[in-house]
Amino acid sequence: MADTNEIADVDELAEGSERGAPAPASTLVPGNVTAPGPATGAGRADRRRRMWRRLRRRRLAMLGLVLVVAFLLLALVVPVFLGDPEKQDFLAAFQPASGSHPLGTDDQGRDLLARVAAGARVSLAAGVLSTAFAMLVGVPIGLVAGFYRRWLDPVVMRLVDVLLAFPFLVFAVGLAAILGPSLRNVVVALAVSQIPGIIRITRGEVLAIRELDFVSAAVADGAGDLSILFRYVLPNATSALIVQATVAIPAGILGEATLSFLGLGVRPPAPSWGGMLTTAQQFFTQAPWLAIWPGVMIALATLGFNLLGDGLRDVLDPRSGR
Amino acid sequence: MSLLEVTDLAVSFDTEDGEVRAVKQISLAVERGEILALCGESGCGKSVTAMSIPRLLPPETTRISGSIRLDGRELTALSEREIQAIRGRDVSVVFQEPMTSLNPAYSVGFQIVEVLRRHERMSRRAARDRAVELLRLVGIAAPERRVREYPHQLSGGMRQRVMIAMAVACSPKVLIADEPTTALDVTIQAGVLDVFRNLRDRLGTAIILITHDLGVVADIADQVVVMYAGRAVERAPVGELFAAPRHPYTRGLLGALPAAASVGADGRRRLAEIPGLVPAPYSDPDECAFRPRCPRAQSDCASRRPVLSPAGPDHVVACLHPEEVG
Amino acid sequence: MGWFVLRRTGAALIVALIASVLVFFGVRALPGDPAVVLAGEGATPELLAQIRHQYGLDRPLPVQYVDYLRQVLSGDFGRSTQDRLPVSQILLERLPITLELALLAMLVAIVIGVGAGIVAAIRRGRAADYVATGFGLIGLSVPHFWLGLLAVLFFAVQLKILPASGYVPFSEDPGENLRRMILPALVLGTGFAAVLMRQTRSAMLGQLASDYVRTARSKGLSGARVVGVHALRNSLTTVVTVLGLQLGALISGAVVTEQIFVIPGFGKLTIDAVLTRNYPVIQAVVLVTVIGYIVVNLLVDVTYGLLNPRVRLSGARHG
Repeated sequence: MADTNEIADVDELAEGSERGAPAPASTLVPGNVTAPGPATGAGRADRRRRMWRRLRRRRLAMLGLVLVVAFLLLALVVPVFLGDPEKQDFLAAFQPASGSHPLGTDDQGRDLLARVAAGARVSLAAGVLSTAFAMLVGVPIGLVAGFYRRWLDPVVMRLVDVLLAFPFLVFAVGLAAILGPSLRNVVVALAVSQIPGIIRITRGEVLAIRELDFVSAAVADGAGDLSILFRYVLPNATSALIVQATVAIPAGILGEATLSFLGLGVRPPAPSWGGMLTTAQQFFTQAPWLAIWPGVMIALATLGFNLLGDGLRDVLDPRSGR
Repeated sequence: MSLLEVTDLAVSFDTEDGEVRAVKQISLAVERGEILALCGESGCGKSVTAMSIPRLLPPETTRISGSIRLDGRELTALSEREIQAIRGRDVSVVFQEPMTSLNPAYSVGFQIVEVLRRHERMSRRAARDRAVELLRLVGIAAPERRVREYPHQLSGGMRQRVMIAMAVACSPKVLIADEPTTALDVTIQAGVLDVFRNLRDRLGTAIILITHDLGVVADIADQVVVMYAGRAVERAPVGELFAAPRHPYTRGLLGALPAAASVGADGRRRLAEIPGLVPAPYSDPDECAFRPRCPRAQSDCASRRPVLSPAGPDHVVACLHPEEVG
Repeated sequence: MGWFVLRRTGAALIVALIASVLVFFGVRALPGDPAVVLAGEGATPELLAQIRHQYGLDRPLPVQYVDYLRQVLSGDFGRSTQDRLPVSQILLERLPITLELALLAMLVAIVIGVGAGIVAAIRRGRAADYVATGFGLIGLSVPHFWLGLLAVLFFAVQLKILPASGYVPFSEDPGENLRRMILPALVLGTGFAAVLMRQTRSAMLGQLASDYVRTARSKGLSGARVVGVHALRNSLTTVVTVLGLQLGALISGAVVTEQIFVIPGFGKLTIDAVLTRNYPVIQAVVLVTVIGYIVVNLLVDVTYGLLNPRVRLSGARHG
């Protein structure tokens, strides 16, 4: 949903520390600070191992990882073992959970579990593809805007402001109006709504990194712009981007679900978690499980990414004071 | 009985990387009107020692053992409510960073009045007047105007004076000053030290001064305690310490001879740098913690930990092979 | 301060203008000939030409845009293709409803979100913190239209204590109006409350670790005063900013909520308009939403500047 979109920006503002224990006055050196450094091979591998170890210690983040993996399995592997999500069998309609239908059947006798698994694929596509596209477009723009501050930056930031003025839903609605509802349009709308945030974050990272000593040293050594961008800026910006991805993907999942629910996304009979909830509305009293399962799936998938993202943020981004 | 008696204090913290033993064991005593200087490198435990007196360390992760007695009263046994009554009134603190230690959202007058009204029955008007008086006492010009201003409108030196004014507002018995002059100009420093001397003379306030700065120690301290790796390694009256430092670490800090302590670019005398690092605060083996860096270390220094033993008038040192005098 | 406001308003106006251009050309990009839509099926070419002339559709686009701008500024948004009513009238009817919903939801969110955030920060690491953080996470992850469905399922269908849908104007019957608004406001406010809770907690934790809070403690002030007077005041900046930013999300969230609870508000208007290709309404709705968003952001900027003098001087929000 659009709210989780905004969170990306808003977390930037919060300078408070999520986990900061007040350090005793001045004398103890905090052991957790990892400053961004030159991306030398050995140093990087070592740092990654350390971060992975720290991530492992956070139980909530591990729970998130488990949920994410489960989601991926559901979307990619499970459908192979299940029946056809489109297979209708009106005689078996509205059956509650049973051996042959672990989640029950819907109004057209279709196996709910198979439909949920198929819906997972749609959600995965929506979340991942939209984020990937947004990054493909947003990161280069952000890099350029941060690097060539004088000319491009003000222009780019004004454009970002304008884009941000269009709430995601309105844009998606508009797109659906022009091109008709479909998964492709959902992905495009989601991607476009993520782009301004990504541009901002990338630009912010570039600005912060270029002030660092080792970058000035490289410049003094005569390194060209592109080489600086690729060798120093990008590797150090990846942690912020990874964190942003863990925010953007669940936003994409929620967004797709919302749009499909409203009839602006994936159209029935193609399965989609949001679309399933729309039909479920009509059959509340007869088959409440139709309204429960798709929603639970959305919640768990989103929760998984959120938990993982929180953990990653703690571990990867010491600057946010956490 | 001394005004403040700290006996066998030990403080450790629970951190993600294990238990950090910031203060392994220390005892000290401060009399009324006495200025005690706590010296040592970063990480030696001097701040933690001082902050444990008003219990300003994070409660969830800190463990304190030992005794802290103020005028005979055991502070470690007090409840949170009781120690809140002590803070600001009997024991107060002046912190190191004047820039960030004042709340930017409220006027300095507000912040002084706050502590006055907390501990003493005063009307707002009376408290306001007293705040102005306090600002005058600490040497701030035009206090009637300043009292209404916000921290960001004052210079660093003035902010530090405001901090001092807040700390002495209720005439505390003990004032803890954590590096009070480090962030200030040498010229301002003299003024701040004068304020401390004033307090000591007029109110009999005992002051615990945490500092790196030898100049300040020589200038104002009565007693000096040198700490290393969570323990006291030497304690002596100031004159005696400068004249006859016995512990190799103290010698190192003062340079080969007291007069040769290095003078930094800003005109201050600095503790000389000693090669090597402070040991990690996780363990506490039964040996001398300074041994790896000590120019006088011998084999028995690794087999038992030295305890504080007499080494002159009112002078104790924890070393198996202390420096010779003369 | 005056300069600051002027500068920000100027920027906002530029953004608004660009947005209006985008909206205008965006709608023109829609498939279908507006003249045909206006005239209806089976119109003769002469009728079409007449309509085109009447509506200025035969004039060059930039001129059309200027006309459009002029019309909008004088409050004329055209007529709805559904029922030929003036769009401005429709808007005026529907906006207050959505605003009421949004405000109620915000109230719920502030009370629950900020409150929980403060409690979680103070009792960090203990049961209350975990519970609050847990709810925060769940509130963020759960799609709130699902929450709405479940709420209806539970309260209306099972327990039958609250109505499932429908709307009664406040002027007619305040009691009934509020009764019907409870569920939608709660549902809409949940997601917002979760965000607020996280932000408040985060800001408060930062404050509680700050040097001046340490000073406040050293003065012997009671815990309540330290939190309420020192820590909270400086957390407000963050919270207010979040409030402002989320308001836009709230409006879009209202769209879904109105759909579920069948409330004839602005949000439902949007969906219906899209589904029936009601172009004048779509255009107006998008424009109003965007302008509203820009105005809210402007207010947030100004408030932020009020609370934080350093921002006023440097002038940049992006830093």
